[in-house]
Amino acid sequence: MNKTANLDQVITHFRDGMTIMFGGFGGVGSPPSLIDAILEANIKDMTLIGNDAGFPQIGVGRLITEGRVKKIIASHIGSNPIAGQKMQAGTLDVLFYPQGILAEKIRAGGMGLAGIVTDVGMDSLNLDEKQLVQLDGKKYILEPALTADIAIVNALKADEAGNLIFDKSARNTNPIVAMAGDWTIAEVEEIVPVGGLHPEEIVTPGVFVNQIVQSKGVNWTWAWETSI
Amino acid sequence: MGMGDIDLRHRIAKRAAQEIEDGMIVNLGIGIPTLAADYIPAHYEVWLHAENGIMGAGASPARGEEDPNLCNAGGFPITLTKGGSYMDSTTAFGIIRKGMLDMTILGALEVSSHGDLANWIVPGKRVPGMGGAIELAQKAKKVVVVMSHLDKHGQSKIKAACTLPLTAKSCVDLIITDMAVIEVKSQLLILREVMPPFQPEDVMRATEAPLILAPDVKSVV
Repeated sequence: MNKTANLDQVITHFRDGMTIMFGGFGGVGSPPSLIDAILEANIKDMTLIGNDAGFPQIGVGRLITEGRVKKIIASHIGSNPIAGQKMQAGTLDVLFYPQGILAEKIRAGGMGLAGIVTDVGMDSLNLDEKQLVQLDGKKYILEPALTADIAIVNALKADEAGNLIFDKSARNTNPIVAMAGDWTIAEVEEIVPVGGLHPEEIVTPGVFVNQIVQSKGVNWTWAWETSI
Repeated sequence: MGMGDIDLRHRIAKRAAQEIEDGMIVNLGIGIPTLAADYIPAHYEVWLHAENGIMGAGASPARGEEDPNLCNAGGFPITLTKGGSYMDSTTAFGIIRKGMLDMTILGALEVSSHGDLANWIVPGKRVPGMGGAIELAQKAKKVVVVMSHLDKHGQSKIKAACTLPLTAKSCVDLIITDMAVIEVKSQLLILREVMPPFQPEDVMRATEAPLILAPDVKSVV
């Protein structure tokens, strides 16, 4: 089955109030054309799940800046002062998890697991908010898995079956996010026919991917471009 | 004192880099810790790890050679060293949690005399989120903290006990500031080196937590 679609086709899957999981780390590896399409379709009241809040005009930061996001589950928002202002003003609900634990909660969701067990944060997180379990006489935090209505990811190449390969550090959270959505849309630089990718190089098997769209490319200015 | 002083930032980074040994796997935090990479001897085989999914992070690219899809965890363009690899973020954090990092160099808001670290939240003021700091502080074999000795109100950031929410307990092994190098050993703070022009007395006076003077306090070189 050829999973190639255009932006008009993929946007029909989005509704107000949905939980949307996104790939990317500081905007690197976040899908620019899909974020644009969500903005243009006026989707609002969304809950975002992903590593961070991007920058005000980079990655998912733009959705927060435009006031479309009611809640974000992330590991930090430090690079997006607008997210911080909205959090202080009470217009953005923010839930933090340690970075690797958030990633592992997402991976668990994609892997069909109910949750993970970890000692990360036993000394520092508010354990009143956590469910604890005992294993071999030691206490651990039980963290439930995370899934989403829609997952949006960015990849270097897809074949028409949705098999994905990524580009350098833009891989980051994309492979795990791709697995954790009920409906996964991949924005890619290049689409090749089935058989055009070597089976050994495929990182995300196409069975996890529902639709692929051609990227129009990054349309924001990176923070480092303004500081050099 | 201002940590905006470029020369001072580099002096701290250079001293921090002296903790890095040949063959180590190291994670450098954002800011001054990143600068330490410039002071690792060229003949060392050091593997720099980045949370976003890199083992073998290399030097900054030449201007105009930046690749937007090859950045460190702070979002700045880097290169990949020979033998380096890319992975997803869960694998990058698996490397941290399994205790494979020989060292991490991190910034801090406060460190206590017990080696407790606070670096992720100022309640009611700055709430950026913890990022990967809890995992790094809790799981790296050696934790080196680089920071200004005093906060912007002139108060010691090395406390008898942390006042801010902790990142991790009893995790810090070495503190490097613009005034001194202080070792945390058996829940005691030992003043090992002073940063010129400061004298040991200056450091003792500026530090809230009790310090033990090493028998041979040196100057940072």
